[in-house]
Amino acid sequence: MERVRCAIIGSGNIGTDLMYKALRSAEIEPVWMVGIDPDSDGLARARSHGLKTTHEGVDGLITHMRADNIRMAFDATSAYAHAENSRKVIEQGAVMIDLTPAAIGPYCVPSVNLAAQIALGASNLNMVTCGGQATIPMVYAVSRVQPVDYGEIIATVSSRSAGPGTRANIDEFTRTTATGVERVGGAKRGKAIIIINPADPPIIMRDTIHCLTETEPDQEAIRASVAAMVADVQKYVPGYQLKNGPVFDGRRVSIFLEVAGLGDYLPTYAGNLDIMTASALRTGELIAAELRAGRYSV
Amino acid sequence: MNLQGKKITLHEMSLRDGMHPQRHQITLDQMIAIATACDEAGMPLIEVTHGDGLGGSSVNYGFGLHSDEEYLRAVIPRMKQMKVSALLLPGIGTVEHLRMAVDCGVHCIRVATHCTEADVSAQHIKLASKLGVDTVGFLMMAHMNTPDGLLHQAKLMESYGATTIYITDSAGYLLPHDVTARITALREGLQAGTAIGFHGHHNMGMSIANSLAAVDAGAERIDVACAGLGAGAGNTPTEAFVAVANRMGIETGVDLYKVMDVAEDLIVPMMNQMVRVDRDALVLGYAGVYSSFLLFAKRAAIRYGLSARDILMEMGRRKTVGGQEDMIEDVALDMARERGLI
Repeated sequence: MERVRCAIIGSGNIGTDLMYKALRSAEIEPVWMVGIDPDSDGLARARSHGLKTTHEGVDGLITHMRADNIRMAFDATSAYAHAENSRKVIEQGAVMIDLTPAAIGPYCVPSVNLAAQIALGASNLNMVTCGGQATIPMVYAVSRVQPVDYGEIIATVSSRSAGPGTRANIDEFTRTTATGVERVGGAKRGKAIIIINPADPPIIMRDTIHCLTETEPDQEAIRASVAAMVADVQKYVPGYQLKNGPVFDGRRVSIFLEVAGLGDYLPTYAGNLDIMTASALRTGELIAAELRAGRYSV
Repeated sequence: MNLQGKKITLHEMSLRDGMHPQRHQITLDQMIAIATACDEAGMPLIEVTHGDGLGGSSVNYGFGLHSDEEYLRAVIPRMKQMKVSALLLPGIGTVEHLRMAVDCGVHCIRVATHCTEADVSAQHIKLASKLGVDTVGFLMMAHMNTPDGLLHQAKLMESYGATTIYITDSAGYLLPHDVTARITALREGLQAGTAIGFHGHHNMGMSIANSLAAVDAGAERIDVACAGLGAGAGNTPTEAFVAVANRMGIETGVDLYKVMDVAEDLIVPMMNQMVRVDRDALVLGYAGVYSSFLLFAKRAAIRYGLSARDILMEMGRRKTVGGQEDMIEDVALDMARERGLI
């Protein structure tokens, strides 16, 4: 079976980690790696694994896309650069999977709404945020049992795993995640908080999810729903773990998670980065299956 | 220590840090009464925000009785000379909250980060500076970084546009010589026009001594709270600090008897519980733990049959930082399970 050929735009931490995951994929084949710094470690690693590379940004890629039959691109650059990248890639007939917080396309959380998004056939899919990928499945696990009036998530990440992009625009994280908690998680109102912890050795990403249900929570049904959802996420993020809860206190339902990464390029504590690359890869693989079957076009 | 003739600016915290012991339930009438009395006492500046800053109202930190906007709009128009500040912690509050507070008429925005993470404050400090308000960078849990490390972080905030930088002893952990080293590093390393502030907690009983050490090393702004109303064992008590300042010839411009009366007649009668160096608050200072964890640890201790002291020590061992209130129940659950209590 021929794998769907793809490009990774952005040769930083996220793009490089994604490349390692994609190299193992049975569905997609990473063919191009796009950077802007000829000396970047990510481009060197890409070359050593046989990928074609350019340090001229997306413009260095697009002229080759048709000839190389690139049908999918992952953007791991920045929200600032994404709009332009997306337009150029889609013009070449490829699907864009957006790992930046730009959120031009619909939010996609694989365990919650990937099938529905694929059915809609969007040409650009956004992966929300790392905190969103970790917590939205839990909000949804509660809201599919009974209405959630308010969903609040607290994502705590190690200082070393919070890159300059996140730091320069931390509001984008809180805003985009809160919107995802509402639109994808199903809470009527959403709030997101991010904490950066500099402890050394670095802490593993942890997430707390508080839901306020409209009526008394159905404890048994919520426990079962949460357990099933944890198992669903573990299919693509093996280090996704329910640490404590659900705890029930009046209408409050609280869930405590830890997310360890696979340690492909990024260290295992950086579960926040791993869950982004794993979710993006999962999304890419399912779309690849649709592309091959001729059920998806851009 | 000769501080004769030093002029400093006091910044009243009871309506912001004091929200922690009051579980963010201070009424509008109480806010107005306290702010008005502080205004009449000659206090130059007061902070009015949820205890965890703008946008802090949440399950995690406690919902406020009113929104930040309602509090700010109730207090600001009633002030004769006193200015009002708002606190913002990036990751909790956003630039939208900041714009709202400036629209309400705040004179000063304080942007707070953990003492090693100043670069998350760039967008907020730049915006506050651009909007023309008094812009302060607030380096929390300052015991968790070295004097040189703090200077590096302070320079980042200064480069974004902050004109005052605070050393913030959120855990009440620092001893006077630690404060001296930190304030001195900033005074020597920052631009001459950048002011330095100190925010103390009384968890080890050191808030007044630490504040004096700060003034001696060049701090020009000192955070205080009438009756000490603040997280943990509270902040530097306004009335006691003003009394000490008067004896030492430090000029605050604040009327001692009037702030004594604010503490005694307005704040003590409304306290949910005594704000004092009890064994749990002392452990905050001793273990270097964020002061607002106190009541959360006490509640989790009751719920899971544990000691708050043990929970707080564990929070210190895990090197938690400000804002990680969600970790308290998580830690309590781990401890209760290990001990066969659940």
